Amino acid sequence: MLYIKCPYCGLRAQKEFSYGGDATVKRPNINEEVSSEDWDNFVYMRKSPRGKHIELWQHIAGCRQWIKVQRDTATHEIFQTAKVTEEIR
Amino acid sequence: MQKYSVFSLIKNAFSNHQNWEVAWKDPTPKSEYDVVIIGGGGHGLATAYYLAKEHNIRNVAIIEKGWIGGGNVGRNTTIIRSNFMYDANARFNEFGMDLWRNLSQELNFNVMFSPRGIINLAHSDAQMNAYARRGNSMRLNGIDAKLLDREEVKKLIPMADFSDEVRFPIFGGLMQPSAGTARHDAVAWGYARQADDMGVDIIQHCEVTGFDVVNGKIKGIRTSRGDIKAKKVGLCVAGSTNILAEKLNMTLPIETHVLQACVSEPVKPLLDGVVTFGAGHFYISQSDKGEMVMGGDLDGYNSYAQRGNLPTIQHVLTGGLALFPFLSRLKMLRTWGGIMDMSMDGSPIIDKTHIEGLYLNCGWCYGGFKSTPVSGWTFAHTIAQDQVHELNSDLRLNRFSTGHLLDEKGLGTKTWIG
Repeated sequence: MLYIKCPYCGLRAQKEFSYGGDATVKRPNINEEVSSEDWDNFVYMRKSPRGKHIELWQHIAGCRQWIKVQRDTATHEIFQTAKVTEEIR
Repeated sequence: MQKYSVFSLIKNAFSNHQNWEVAWKDPTPKSEYDVVIIGGGGHGLATAYYLAKEHNIRNVAIIEKGWIGGGNVGRNTTIIRSNFMYDANARFNEFGMDLWRNLSQELNFNVMFSPRGIINLAHSDAQMNAYARRGNSMRLNGIDAKLLDREEVKKLIPMADFSDEVRFPIFGGLMQPSAGTARHDAVAWGYARQADDMGVDIIQHCEVTGFDVVNGKIKGIRTSRGDIKAKKVGLCVAGSTNILAEKLNMTLPIETHVLQACVSEPVKPLLDGVVTFGAGHFYISQSDKGEMVMGGDLDGYNSYAQRGNLPTIQHVLTGGLALFPFLSRLKMLRTWGGIMDMSMDGSPIIDKTHIEGLYLNCGWCYGGFKSTPVSGWTFAHTIAQDQVHELNSDLRLNRFSTGHLLDEKGLGTKTWIG
C-alpha cells in the first residue's frame, strides 16, 4: 500500500486516491492554432521515466482535490507532494 | 541438435539424464551482426527464430539484460485467444492461432498448447448484445465464436454463483472454443533452443547502455559487454521500451505500468477453460498442476517495479469472489508482478521507426503472451523486408497522430476510466 500525504488532509492510504498520470504534460494553449504534432504529443506521447516521476493524483475519497506527487517509479518511494498549483523541484 | 522424443527420453534414462545436450549455448558476443534483437523474451526469441527460419538471416544476436524466461514470458497467465472484434486485431491474432496449433511439432518442444476455450461472461442484456456483435465480427473473420445463454454457461461452469442474490447475475457469455492456454516457459525455451540451433547467438546478462546512430541510420549498440555493430536492430523489450526509447531520444505513446497476477494452492480439476468476469476486471483458469491462475487490473500508476501492492490484488479478487464464491476457501500460493508497455489505445505497435534500420515492437498491454508467435513472425518480416507485413499494417506507430486508433476495448493506460 502506498501512503500519500495529501497537502490538504495529511497522510492517507493509496485507496483514497485516483491516479491522473504525468503532471509535467502541458496542454497546448486554448484559442491558439495547435499543430497536429503538438496535439499528438499532449494526448498520446509520454516519457514514462524510470526513477523520479512527477504525477497527478486526485484525493477522490477525501477532499477531492487534485495534487502533485513526486514518486520513484522503480521503488515506489514518495519524495514530495504538493498542491496542484505549486511546483515540485 | 538432439531431437526430443520418447526414444531420446528412454535413451537418456539409462545415463540418469546426465548427458542431455544444453538447450542453447552461452556465446560471447561477436563484434558484428546482421540483426540484433534487444530483448530475449518470448517475442524477441520468436523474432530471431522466424528471421532464421523464414528469411534465412542467421547472423543474429539476442541481447537480454536478465535471463531467458525471466521477464513477462514467465510472468503471464498463459491465455491464448483471438476473440477480437476489429479486423486488424482479429486477422493478426487468428494467424497467430494457426502458429500456436502447430508450435509443439515445429519447435520439437511440448508447449502444452491446450485449446480449452475461453468464456467472456455477460451480466446484462446490453452486454449480451455487445457480445453478439463481437461474436458475429469474429465469425466473419473465420474465428469460432459461440454465444451462450445462462443455461449453457451453467453447464460449463456450474461452480459459478448462479443464485438469485448476486449483484451481477450471469446472463450468458461469448465463448471462443479454440482459445486456450499453453506452458509459457516452454514457449520461451522452445524458441530459444531452435533459434540457437539455427545459429542465433543468445546473449544473456548483457544490458544495452546506448545506441550508435549516425545520420539517422543505426550502426550498432553499446552494451555492458562491449559495443556490437549491427545493420539492423529490433527493439522488443516490453516494459523497458520507454527506457530504451529515452536513450534514442524518442517519445512513444507508451506508459509503463505494473500488472499483477496470482495463483492459489493446487486443487483437483474443477475449471475447464478460461473464464472472464464481465462486471469487473477478473479472469481465471486452472493450470495443469491444479492451481487457480488469476489476474485483473493494473495497479494503476506508472511503475517499473516487478511487484505491486495488495490493494489491487484485493480489488481483483473481490471480483473473483463475486463470480466464484468457492475461491474464499483457497489459500493464495503466490502473487507477482510484471511491467507492461501500455499503449494508449490498448493495441500493440510493430513498425519501422524514423531511424533507418531500427524497428519497434511494443505496446502489448495485458496481452503479449497470446501473440508471441505472430508477433515474432510479423516482426521478423518487418525487419527482414524493411517493410511491414499486411498483418501488422494497421499496427503502425503513426496511427496515433493520424487518428487510426485500434481502440478495441476503449482501454489504454487509464483503464480505471474505461
